Amino acid sequence: MAHAHTNASGESHGSYGSYLIGFVLAVILTVASFAIVMSHSLSPSGTLLSIAALAAIQVVVHLIFFLHMNASSEQRWNVMAFAFTVMFVGILVLGSLFIMHYTAINMMSR
Amino acid sequence: MLGKLSFAAIPYDVPILVGTFLGVAVAGLAVLGLVTYYGKWGYLWREWLTSVDHKRLGVMYIVLALVMLFRGFADAIMMRSQLALAYAGNPGYLPPHHYDQIFSAHGTIMIFFMAMAFMTGLFNIVVPLQIGARDVAFPFLNSLSFWMTTISAVLINVSLFIGEFSQCGWLAYPPLSESQFSPGVGVDYYIWAVQLSGVGTLLTGVNFFTTIVKMRAPGMTFMKMPIFTWTALTASVLIMVSFPVLTVALGLLGLDRYLGMHFFTNDGGGNQMLYLSLIWAWGHPEVYILILPAFGVFSEVTSTFSRKPLFGYNTMVYATCAIMVLSFLVWLHHFFTMGAGADVNAFFGIMTMIISIPTGVKIFNWLFTMYKGRVEFHATMYWTIGFIITFSIGGMTGVMMAIPAADFVLHNSLFLIAHFHNVIIGGVYFGYVAGMNFWFPKVFGFKLNEAWGKRAFWFWLVGFYFAFVPLYVLGFEGMTRRLNHYDNPAWHPWLLIAFGGALLIACGIVCQLMQIYVSIRDRALPENVDVTGDPWDARTLEWSTSSPPPFYNFAVVPHVHDLDAFAHDKEMGVDTRAAGSTYEQIHMPKNTAAGFFVGVFSLVLGFAAIWYIWWLAAIGLLGVIVTVIMRSADNDVDYYVPASEVARIENEHTRKIMAQAAE
Repeated sequence: MAHAHTNASGESHGSYGSYLIGFVLAVILTVASFAIVMSHSLSPSGTLLSIAALAAIQVVVHLIFFLHMNASSEQRWNVMAFAFTVMFVGILVLGSLFIMHYTAINMMSR
Repeated sequence: MLGKLSFAAIPYDVPILVGTFLGVAVAGLAVLGLVTYYGKWGYLWREWLTSVDHKRLGVMYIVLALVMLFRGFADAIMMRSQLALAYAGNPGYLPPHHYDQIFSAHGTIMIFFMAMAFMTGLFNIVVPLQIGARDVAFPFLNSLSFWMTTISAVLINVSLFIGEFSQCGWLAYPPLSESQFSPGVGVDYYIWAVQLSGVGTLLTGVNFFTTIVKMRAPGMTFMKMPIFTWTALTASVLIMVSFPVLTVALGLLGLDRYLGMHFFTNDGGGNQMLYLSLIWAWGHPEVYILILPAFGVFSEVTSTFSRKPLFGYNTMVYATCAIMVLSFLVWLHHFFTMGAGADVNAFFGIMTMIISIPTGVKIFNWLFTMYKGRVEFHATMYWTIGFIITFSIGGMTGVMMAIPAADFVLHNSLFLIAHFHNVIIGGVYFGYVAGMNFWFPKVFGFKLNEAWGKRAFWFWLVGFYFAFVPLYVLGFEGMTRRLNHYDNPAWHPWLLIAFGGALLIACGIVCQLMQIYVSIRDRALPENVDVTGDPWDARTLEWSTSSPPPFYNFAVVPHVHDLDAFAHDKEMGVDTRAAGSTYEQIHMPKNTAAGFFVGVFSLVLGFAAIWYIWWLAAIGLLGVIVTVIMRSADNDVDYYVPASEVARIENEHTRKIMAQAAE
């Protein structure tokens, strides 16, 4: 039953080339993160910020090259689901930062 | 060779466990013997264990849930009897080491293997039928989800007889659950059982979300979807968003324990507070995953037995969606006392109070549905009305604890225990039992016995109040949760009353068993048989097909014109089944054993990893990977039911309806 619907929404499944570009970008970003941490060339907070930024870029690379997200109209459901996910991840991340920040201040754990 | 496993791990010196083992072994051998005696192994394997039919999987899920209910309830009554005894110097009969395992197992089993399995069972039985689909979107994944849940339930019960279970409560808070303080295998049993069942639950969420979004009958727009399907949709969204958080939290705890990392330890830069935040960022949506489908059941039951459309369908949908989003904004209320301070507590306290507003809307929807309706006091309506009253009390005590200042007094006291049993028994459990009574004739073709159903209800309702109102009082008197023994004379009478309540609930469970037995015994009586497929004069599509439904559900995919599609068709004189029309061949999935084998190999993997038997874990993992690859390479997964076969089944059903109408 299921595969009758698989292609109905018209999404692209990518090409060899796009997977290769995605893979190379992902490798570069990963190696860069490790390099920053292992070389100790930045300050601790600078290291933290730069690997967070690289992780965020990594997410975008995966979304575009491996999950084939784009803004075309056939992808309305994907985009909507993505917006929803961003909202929930945002709630979780910001909420955790909010909670842990105040906990750390009050408990003098940092 | 066998890792940590040795004969010392078998608790043969604990009489309770030896007795339990003998009981389980005798009952298990009896079941296996009966299946062999009647020569049903082939039937069981072909028609059930390898089935991808959502109705059969639903039945198996609910059987699993009922078995786990007995296990979880056995834990509950042991806790209550221990506290009725262990007073003023008497140590009771459960030493702390054993008692701590019992309350940890009770919570874990009741949530993950009773409630979640029951809910998934109802999803499986109802959702595809209610939206006019012939199966779920991914039938094989459905079977896989079932087996992942089942083997996890097996794994957690193995801990009874081999080794020990976690002694850290149902959420295994660090640092207690770290290897420094819990060096045994108990926490590892917990981690692996919950992680493996989490795979099944996540796949279920994906499966039902896709099914509901993609496979609704033509004409069924979102605002014409039955409420139960709406609640299944929102619960699926919550599963997809929250279960990965649980997986990460337990994964990090597992890394701490297995690889000596320091995410949540006291030393090495760990922070156990982050575990609390993560686990409750899953845990709070989880309770809404459980309660929303129960709300869906009550909506269907109330409108059917009030003989009216649901009052305020739109507000019900908006309330459900509002709860879905808000349930992600309240998780800190589980640890107000952690020390995040007034700013954080104020925000989460207010959000918690806000979430009671859409829930209140729903209560009024059900009340106004009954108002001026022709309410028929069917057993399911008993559960519904019992729920409305009980759940309202539980909701109010919840709002009390949403006030951070009050929570500082009540946190981790028996008041909290009373509150969440108040909403989980009075809401979730009552709802699922009502759902079982409501949809039972659809699945089996005969009704459940009314008298025993009502007896079960009264025992459960009265038993619930006797068991848990004393706990509210004890909470105010300062008794904390998870106490093994105590010496305060003021608490003793209340704990005796609570024990009496637990005995009443036991009678309720016995009545439910009697109800099933009596119903099967009397299944052929004319007043019990459901020939038409619509025993309650109900409103939604699942009642338009026969009971039990043919394996393809609908010979002709129904066209939906209005909310409550089947009620609309009956009013307009339209035959939803389109009996006697020209049937076409139907495309169906083939049964497969792949889900079963992935489950068994995962069980091997989990058990081996718990005991550090790494060669066996490698075999288990390899087995999972090889089975998945073989399944992916298999193209022979579907077949067509010929039109003549469809016509034969449909005409037979039509003939039965005609014969009954002629009588």
